[in-house]
Amino acid sequence: MSISFVLNGKSTTLDADPNMPLLWAVREVVGLPGTKFGCGMALCGACTVHLDGQAIRSCVMPLSAVAGRQVTTIEGLQSKPAKAVQAAWIALQVPQCGYCQSGQVMSATALLENNAAPTDADIDAAMSGNICRCATYSRIRAAIHAAAQSVKA
Amino acid sequence: MTHDTLTRAPRQPTRRAFLKGAGSATAMALTIGFEWAASTRRAGAITAPVAGAPFAPNAFLRIGADDSVTVIAKHVEMGQGAYTGIATIVAEELDADWSRVRVESAPADAKRYANLAFGTIQGTGGSSAMANSWMQLREAGGKARAMLLAAAAKQWHLPVAELTVDNGIVHHAASKRQATFGSLVKTAASLPVPEKVTLKDPKEFALIGHRAPRVDVPAKVDGSAQFTLDVVLPGMLVALIKRPPLFGATVKSFDAAPANAIPGVVKVVQVPRGVAVVAKSFWAAKQGRDALMVEWDDTSAEKRGSGALMDEYRRLAEQPASAARTEGDAAQAIAKAARRVSASYEFPFLAHAPMEPLDAVVKLGASSCEIWAGDQFQTIDQANAAKTAGLDPQQVSIHTLYAGGSFGRRANTVSDYIVEAVSIAKAYGADGTPIKLQWTREDDLHGGMYRPMYFHTLEAGLTEKGELSGWRHVIVGQSIMADTLFAPMIKNGIDPTSVEGAASIAYAIPNISVALSTIKTGVPILWWRVVGSSHTVFAVEAFIDEVAHAAGEDPFTYRRKLLEHEPRMKAVLELAAEKAGWSNGPMPKGKGRGIAVAEAFKTFVAQVAEVSVDETGHVTVDRVVCAVDCGTPINPDIITAQMEGGIGFGLGAVLYGSITLKDGHVEQDNFNSYRVLRMNEMPTVEVHIVPSTEAPTGVGEPGVAPVGPAVANAIFAATGTRIHVLPFPKPGVA
Repeated sequence: MSISFVLNGKSTTLDADPNMPLLWAVREVVGLPGTKFGCGMALCGACTVHLDGQAIRSCVMPLSAVAGRQVTTIEGLQSKPAKAVQAAWIALQVPQCGYCQSGQVMSATALLENNAAPTDADIDAAMSGNICRCATYSRIRAAIHAAAQSVKA
Repeated sequence: MTHDTLTRAPRQPTRRAFLKGAGSATAMALTIGFEWAASTRRAGAITAPVAGAPFAPNAFLRIGADDSVTVIAKHVEMGQGAYTGIATIVAEELDADWSRVRVESAPADAKRYANLAFGTIQGTGGSSAMANSWMQLREAGGKARAMLLAAAAKQWHLPVAELTVDNGIVHHAASKRQATFGSLVKTAASLPVPEKVTLKDPKEFALIGHRAPRVDVPAKVDGSAQFTLDVVLPGMLVALIKRPPLFGATVKSFDAAPANAIPGVVKVVQVPRGVAVVAKSFWAAKQGRDALMVEWDDTSAEKRGSGALMDEYRRLAEQPASAARTEGDAAQAIAKAARRVSASYEFPFLAHAPMEPLDAVVKLGASSCEIWAGDQFQTIDQANAAKTAGLDPQQVSIHTLYAGGSFGRRANTVSDYIVEAVSIAKAYGADGTPIKLQWTREDDLHGGMYRPMYFHTLEAGLTEKGELSGWRHVIVGQSIMADTLFAPMIKNGIDPTSVEGAASIAYAIPNISVALSTIKTGVPILWWRVVGSSHTVFAVEAFIDEVAHAAGEDPFTYRRKLLEHEPRMKAVLELAAEKAGWSNGPMPKGKGRGIAVAEAFKTFVAQVAEVSVDETGHVTVDRVVCAVDCGTPINPDIITAQMEGGIGFGLGAVLYGSITLKDGHVEQDNFNSYRVLRMNEMPTVEVHIVPSTEAPTGVGEPGVAPVGPAVANAIFAATGTRIHVLPFPKPGVA
């Protein structure tokens, strides 16, 4: 069955099992490996992508559910907040093993795209679904604040 | 009492020291077992120079005609910063331009790339990457620098003494001549490697001790960093294994038909660990595995629950045990003491749960086996893969990729996930088809190789004045090293990884007895970040807090008095207390401050935790102040990051971490039932690094050890309640 949607700004049609999670469609059918598999149950956030501008867990999102919609993966980040997040991640040396960081960057970007000046409570609410076993949380928090500042400036 | 009797005997060697000093029997066993594992590949070896060829003066460094500096890492990068640390040491002595430095992973080759702390094994663990590489890589960089200087001197017909190197460029100040490294590689490659080289005075360090940015960060921010999950090879298939529901069960029979009916499933094969579904995609393999019907033979499986196991451990704690450390007569001292304190502590099985579920890609042919993995024990995995495939180790090559976390999980002597992948490729036909074995999170949590369960019982005797006169500590649990190639390190019944942090207790106590009872169960176990100190330090530091309280003394000053003979440990304790404002006195109602100190892998760490406990008993860890002495700080920012991360990792474990068994079945499936620390639970962390010119020691693990007891002691300060069973009780749960 073929399903059409917009992936990273490009019209995309995939001939794949409509029940296949978006995560695996993006990774194995399209060939974009930045989005990661961590739990398969929307419990860890490693697979976070944007669906119509909102952070969602692609490991539980059936491909059929994204038909006609806009999907953005780490490879397609373009917005000013996204670039600010990535720059802050480098400036504050956030990643350790790095495996969860695509998902962290996607969640942080969605947060800043919807809230230009998040409080610590906003950060907790937006980021607590993204597990980092290296526990880079302090730096993630600081980097989100730094990115928010740089977007404002 | 003389000063001498207060001075404790030489410590039990740490695991690292054991591995390095290696009781000669161990060293020999490891050498015999793995010497033949050396690869025949000679990448990076000296070859005759040809035009445009890189300059490769040793196994760790290659300099290109384009000025690129490639450092070859013998250690895996799993988040701990090893690649950056390794590159920093080489680049420092080389005086390289940091922006031109790249890192690539070394092939599996024990001859060139052994971890010098492990004897003849190439691998990463025990927080040893920097410690064992320090002099090796300083010399590698320094010798290359000397050869580049000699090459410039030769090209310019000038004395070497008149030349200097800065940021990848050789200068002659008087004539204002300069040459980049790249322009010198051809001449340098023709020169002999010097026997000796004068290394830098640490005062001249420009990278070491500074905050060189991590080499792996940019690729880990834009999704381009390559993990094993991301390996794609032409014709590659994906495999999942259905494993038995009980440890020790085996396949009785299976029906592949329902799996074969799933579109994309290519083949169903039986392997020693279960039944594998090989498919064209993860999704097909997953659906195929869900459909597969397997009947298991659980005749010899472990069917006990973790409660029954702990009951047995408790019983064993009353029985005679093997002595790990004996000084004076602890039993008599405690019997005669004016006051006695006792407590027991229970520790659960813990999963490593790295973010990247275990995975490996294997391309097995008739006479070769190529492996891609976030490999932590390269030459052990090479040997095990070879044995599984029926090949010689030289026919097995390993591409070590970034590991999406490990915390010890990928460092196991049976190479479980690698062997599984090879066994699937073999059962599939060993026809050169690349196969990626993928574990799911459920596979990870059900898959064993846990930090063992332990039971500790402690007893102390105090004098009238509250001084410690005797200390008795009994540990019960499984041995990590038993039945592995590390078994020769078990001496007189003591697996050093079971007692490190307890037998090595640093406090000055005249009578000490530390003993170990080792038990066998059917649950596969493994080291977990900071190994023995993940439980021993909790027991020691929670108990010494109870002792200080019984003595009516402040827990910081009580510890400090017992550490007069341990300047580095005492210094981190004092630094953490000072920075945390310990002398400000008790905190307001509902809040508490606790302290703990540890030595792990020769690194000293002290932490002060501050907690808030609300009326319902809910604990919030507000702040952790950490002081660390790891010798010469190679990269202060990475040291800070490892302390922050170690605190978060250790905190998640004591708050929530527990793998439990019911009738042999693991009760946790995913991150909903195996809780780990999340963003909203991360305390503010402050890290203070002790300036030092001692040889560097590791930072990947030691920061994990003190956080649990520091928080438990803080909870006591806030509530008057001691914690004796891990993980911490949940509010409202008795």
